[in-house]
Amino acid sequence: MASGKEIRTKIVSVKNTQKITRAMEMVAASKMRRAQERMEHSRPYANKMHQVINHLAYAHSEYKHAYMEAREVKRVGVIIVSSDRGLCGGLNTNLFKTTLSSMKEWNDQGFEVDLCTIGNKAAGFFRRLSSNIIGQASDLGDRPKLEDIIGTVKVMLDKYNEGKIDKLFIIYNKFINTMTQQQTVQQIVPITADEKDEKLVHHWDYIYEPTAEDVLEALLIRYVESLVYQAIVENIACEQSARMVAMKSASDNAGDLIGDLELAYNKARQAAITQELSEIVSGAAAV
Amino acid sequence: MAMTIHVDIVSAEAAIFSGLAEMVIAPAVQGEVGIMPFHTPLLTPLKEGSIRLKKDDTEESFYISGGMLEVQPDKVTILSDTALRTKELDEAAAVKAKDNAESILADSKVSGFDQATAQAELARAMLELRAIEKLRHIK
Repeated sequence: MASGKEIRTKIVSVKNTQKITRAMEMVAASKMRRAQERMEHSRPYANKMHQVINHLAYAHSEYKHAYMEAREVKRVGVIIVSSDRGLCGGLNTNLFKTTLSSMKEWNDQGFEVDLCTIGNKAAGFFRRLSSNIIGQASDLGDRPKLEDIIGTVKVMLDKYNEGKIDKLFIIYNKFINTMTQQQTVQQIVPITADEKDEKLVHHWDYIYEPTAEDVLEALLIRYVESLVYQAIVENIACEQSARMVAMKSASDNAGDLIGDLELAYNKARQAAITQELSEIVSGAAAV
Repeated sequence: MAMTIHVDIVSAEAAIFSGLAEMVIAPAVQGEVGIMPFHTPLLTPLKEGSIRLKKDDTEESFYISGGMLEVQPDKVTILSDTALRTKELDEAAAVKAKDNAESILADSKVSGFDQATAQAELARAMLELRAIEKLRHIK
């Protein structure tokens, strides 16, 4: 059995670790609240954008933009949204597992995959796998700006325009609640309309100023950016809540460990006392 | 009471305005447009400038740096940009994203300073300055 002093030092070091994990838990909790607020703030834009795109899908326009028409798939592009930092439980690992299984599916269908990574973790992981990374953005911080992702999105959309990729997906963690994050694979381009709006079935079209082409180009790029931005903001909320939960269980585990170690320490201490006593008693008896 | 139309102004980072107005005046790329209720569907990009909402002889105005305007007969949606956008700036951002990827692949540290990013930043700063000056002018 380890001596009393060894166990003492061990207890101190575990206590220090516990202090750190507890602090991280609290920091993550407050950041999570703010991240959730930010998620709520950016939602109206995403919703409105979605509405406009839906209207557009029902407009009987003579001009059809490339982003709205499906074509035969040979290559797919994927934007992977991960966190910049670790210590957030299985958040990134689960996301990468989902990504790898989707990539395998695409490979089985004979599609090649181009990646664009957001966040350091994804960049590191997929570099090790020597995947084909064509765009990268990281260090977006807790408060990402739309400007930060314009470049990344443009790289992918340019590829789409050139016909080098035929479908664009985004993979990110969707925020369900503090305990649950859902790995989500979402198709961005080509754009698909969903619900039917009764008001819009009749034959109509927008007036486009200056031309349908210019207007749609600008609008659809913004639409894609808003999807990506929303994904990033959700991913940050997920990151913080996952970190909070992971750090909470780490603090709890440290607490258990300290309990066990203290028990062992006390036992060792008592054993030492008993031994000393019996030595004295037997010494006295011998005299 | 005069007829009103529902107006929503949103940007990627926040909802700015939601309510009714009798008339919306917005800086479309081909000149200012005034939208009144039952306007025919219209879709156009916006330049930087101010959006004015008229209601009951009062006028409210919002500054935007650009965006999109969608008009349906019963509502107006303004999707405001949070950033100044030009082709060149977008291009520079794309180049930067590619550079990042390449430097990741080459396993070298991302260089903090190079001429292209410096130029892009300079261009952006100039644009922002101009926007601020215009904003002052409007006020």
